[in-house]
Amino acid sequence: MILSNFLKLVIDFKIVFLKLHSFIKFQITEGKMTPVSSKLYAGPLFFYDVSLLMVLIDTNPFFWNSAQSTLPFSKFLTHVLAFLNSILLLNQMNQVVVIAAGYNSCGYIFDSSDPQSQNQRAEDLLDKLEEFVDNDQELCREQSVDGPGFSLLSGSLSMALCYIQRVFRTVPLHPQPRILCLHGSPDGPGQYVAIMNSIFSAQRSMVPIDACVIGAQHSAFLQQASYITGGVYLKPQILDGLFQYLSTVFATDLHSRCFLQLPKPTGVDFRASCFCHKNTIDMGYICSVCLSIFCKHQKKCSTCGSVFGQAQTQDSSTTPDRKRKTLVDG
Amino acid sequence: MRVIFFFFFLLLLLVFFSRRVWNMSRKDAEMKFNREEDEEDDDGEGRGLEAWERTYADERSWESLQEDESGLLRPIDNKTLYHAQYRRRLRTTTAARIQKGLIRYLYIVIDLSRAAGESDYKPSRMMVVARQVEAFIREFFDQNPLSQVGLVTLKDGVANCLTDLGGSPESHIKALMGKLTSSGDASLQNGLDLVQSLLNRIPSYGHREVLILYSALSTCDPGEIMETIQKCKASKIRCSVIGLSAELYICKYLCQETGGSYYVALDEFHLKELIFEHAPPPPAIAEFAVANLIKMGFPQRAAEGVISICSCHKEAKVGGGYTCPRCKARVCELPTECQICGLTLVSSPHLARSYHHLFPITPFDDVSPSVTNNPSKLPKNCFGCQLSLLNPGNMPAPSVSCPKCEQFFCLDCDIYIHESLHNCPGCESFRHSKSVATVA
Repeated sequence: MILSNFLKLVIDFKIVFLKLHSFIKFQITEGKMTPVSSKLYAGPLFFYDVSLLMVLIDTNPFFWNSAQSTLPFSKFLTHVLAFLNSILLLNQMNQVVVIAAGYNSCGYIFDSSDPQSQNQRAEDLLDKLEEFVDNDQELCREQSVDGPGFSLLSGSLSMALCYIQRVFRTVPLHPQPRILCLHGSPDGPGQYVAIMNSIFSAQRSMVPIDACVIGAQHSAFLQQASYITGGVYLKPQILDGLFQYLSTVFATDLHSRCFLQLPKPTGVDFRASCFCHKNTIDMGYICSVCLSIFCKHQKKCSTCGSVFGQAQTQDSSTTPDRKRKTLVDG
Repeated sequence: MRVIFFFFFLLLLLVFFSRRVWNMSRKDAEMKFNREEDEEDDDGEGRGLEAWERTYADERSWESLQEDESGLLRPIDNKTLYHAQYRRRLRTTTAARIQKGLIRYLYIVIDLSRAAGESDYKPSRMMVVARQVEAFIREFFDQNPLSQVGLVTLKDGVANCLTDLGGSPESHIKALMGKLTSSGDASLQNGLDLVQSLLNRIPSYGHREVLILYSALSTCDPGEIMETIQKCKASKIRCSVIGLSAELYICKYLCQETGGSYYVALDEFHLKELIFEHAPPPPAIAEFAVANLIKMGFPQRAAEGVISICSCHKEAKVGGGYTCPRCKARVCELPTECQICGLTLVSSPHLARSYHHLFPITPFDDVSPSVTNNPSKLPKNCFGCQLSLLNPGNMPAPSVSCPKCEQFFCLDCDIYIHESLHNCPGCESFRHSKSVATVA
């Protein structure tokens, strides 16, 4: 009697589960900068607060050893490990993936859904991180670097987005993904195009990019990333309490965020800088062929070589590398 | 006795033959019926099938199953097929460093004549076209934020301008979905005349394009359409047509003269593919658009709590919004043209959306069989998503590799990287390229 009732319950549950599963839909928002809400997620109710968190850790040794970093790397790791454990404790189905962005390379460090790493998670993570940093050091070709240098944020963002796409594809009932960048290195201007591409792709897939900046100055790239994708940007004032900031601001899943007061985006500067002087301008001239920005009127575009005001008769002869180097936007 | 049997036999023969004749005439009538109605039967005459039964009768999904040598069923491998299709498309579209027209002024001409009410596309051609145009407009502004779109309809032999050239997708979509009714004939010449007069007003650096979604099989013109086509050619307008019924000579001639493309859609999915091919910017013809410096403003966000009258809605609003740097008027969203002083207002992410057209990434190469057969060379996981590159049983799965950084990726990452991300994770994740490292 009890067994048949129990079976009935299981069968009913399965039917309800399948019915609700068939209602999962996705929409693509156009270029508006609205915060991501989980109202578009139409999965089963018990799945609303499950999250897939991709953590991108900056392991640039030149930054961690420079004067700009007030927190030692080891202390930083203790805060982060405690935070990752708290995420995994919040919900049984939460998943955490850690990717390290080094000075010369990027790599996957930890995946909580990996069946091999169930028992000794912290040790595995730290072992792999050490291995990664050693490899990173071997790949280094420069003898010395002035200043803190910049880490490969664009590479780690691209890898995180590829992983998220794989989860969308292979897991039919998947958690809501988000990306958290723990960065301190200053922005590398050569990465602007790659980072903007990643940001737009994240916006299309509705993946918010949160940023917690540990360095001395604000990061314009991460501010733009958070604003465009609807994530949270924070620069903690007292780094000794990093775990407190992480667990109160960044630990909540996307559904619960609408009930919290999170740091609001302020002062995101979307002005561009001109290519000739690198000044920030609020009115400028754009070449209609290659979209380079100039602050005053010119006869010829320095990037693509087109002469303004008359029809072009020959192809541009500039190489693409020059185009990449001269594109610096803030 | 024998006579009775003989007559009985004759009767049987008569019934048998008359039944055959009756069936044949019924089949003829059905065939004629189907030809007239484009093989649709929503009233189910002569078939008696429900809609869900018709999907089995019409589509016959079991015919795509294949058997291998021993007679066992081969699993349907859609992935490699899809990937091969995508690779063919990529090869034809990305040629090395062709200049693209980034600032486009596109008019979409939608045919709302009698033929658009046909229901061979469910529920009707114009509903399907409207849905696809809505998705296309969103995709278009996503890929070309500095461009503008306008809508024109062809109805009752007259062309009407539904919306003017504008940069906000919502206004176009609202106007399109407003009322969709079909009647009358389609007039290609009136449509082209209207579009040509509207596109003459735009600045010389913009690329002029027209996309005609044509359902009718004829065009009802007041004058000489060949002259109109020559006028369009002289105005440097690139006309493309997507037909929904059949190929027409006049559309083919129009596209050949103006340098556009002409395709006829086979079903709704194919129609979507053909329309979306027009979303990325086409190769630019140098003489068509003069290179020019366009003055643009980069407004800053107004402080929270400031009350001002916005120039787009003409009402007082609190906070938010942007301030035009030249005339200090408030606008609600970007990109837009300031209504007071006419300055184009954009933000730097809008310009950045077009950079992937300027710096396309190299297509990945298929991994050659010599490498797949050598398991030591092939890494176990895809570099981007860590998906295992080995099928169960240690057989290597199909994979691709980047020619620059020599990292291996799975097929789905390849499609995602080239269609959405536009960054190679391998090239971005190594400061110094791997190939140089191995030499040193």
